[in-house]
Amino acid sequence: MSGVMKRMGMIFRAKANKALDRAEDPRETLDYSYQKQLELLQKVRRGVADVATSRKRLELQLNQLQGQSAKLEDQGRKALALGREDLAREALSRRAALQQQVSDLEVQHQTLQGEEEKLTLAAQRLQAKVDAFRTKKETIKATYTAAQAQTRIAESFSGISEEMSDVGVAIQRAEDKTAQLQARAGAIDELLASGALDDQSGLAKDDIQAELDRLSGGTDVELELQRMKAELAGGPSAQQQALEGGTGQNQGQNQQQSHPRFDKQ
Amino acid sequence: MIVRIMGEGQCTLADSHFAELNRLDEELLGEMESGDEAGFRRTLHALLDKVRELGEPLPDDSLEPSELILPAPDATLDEVRAMLSDDGLIPG
Repeated sequence: MSGVMKRMGMIFRAKANKALDRAEDPRETLDYSYQKQLELLQKVRRGVADVATSRKRLELQLNQLQGQSAKLEDQGRKALALGREDLAREALSRRAALQQQVSDLEVQHQTLQGEEEKLTLAAQRLQAKVDAFRTKKETIKATYTAAQAQTRIAESFSGISEEMSDVGVAIQRAEDKTAQLQARAGAIDELLASGALDDQSGLAKDDIQAELDRLSGGTDVELELQRMKAELAGGPSAQQQALEGGTGQNQGQNQQQSHPRFDKQ
Repeated sequence: MIVRIMGEGQCTLADSHFAELNRLDEELLGEMESGDEAGFRRTLHALLDKVRELGEPLPDDSLEPSELILPAPDATLDEVRAMLSDDGLIPG
């Protein structure tokens, strides 16, 4: 389609876009346009008032001329009554000239009246259009404001989502690190267990074993000491006794264990 | 498609009607270009009547961009020609 409809539509859109692009805020353009329309309406109304004033002036002139015409007719009648036909003729010829003026003015009056009616109608139509534009303008402004607010909301939402994704990345990073540490720990345990890796820290031995080792190590020292004491005191029997005696607690245990043996025998 | 008649408002038209309207629209453009005022007036009124007849009027408070725009019924050939000139509808 390349007819009038399409071309007008294209021009409208291009011009409207240009006008809107130039304006910082389309709402201001609408207000400006409304202001211009009001000015135009004011001009039309002033035009109506001017035409009406001219019409009234014509009406006054017409009344005046008609008054003069009536007066001349009256004078002609009086002149005839007085037998002054010449005077009556003069009066009637002047009246005829006035009548011509009156009919000319009447035509002008009719034209002005028609103009006035047309202008009044145009003013009324324009008023209706301006009113409709005002309503539309307010609707467009409200829609624009709402769209702006929606954009702002959308922007804040996208901002929030960006922040959320940042948080997500941080969490992911922490999880990765934890998993990495766990994997590393698991791998070290396995290597230690298989013997591929020597435990340099000594932590691989548990604490109970360490205490037992310490205790057994201490007992050996005590036994050695007693043996040496018995050697110095004299005889292997004394050594044997010393060995078997041990601590007081051990002696008690040995005694308890020896009794049932005697019972059996 | 949404069509605006200047000074009257908008209406929606089914695409199937466009062949018929397009014929009148092309005729109108031809008359405008040849300066046939009487033909232009006749075709413009025929086109507007057809749009009114086939279209579904949109409420005044709806805000829809018009895809096609038609001159007001009382627009003269010269006015339409001026609207389609470089200065367009909105000065500047």
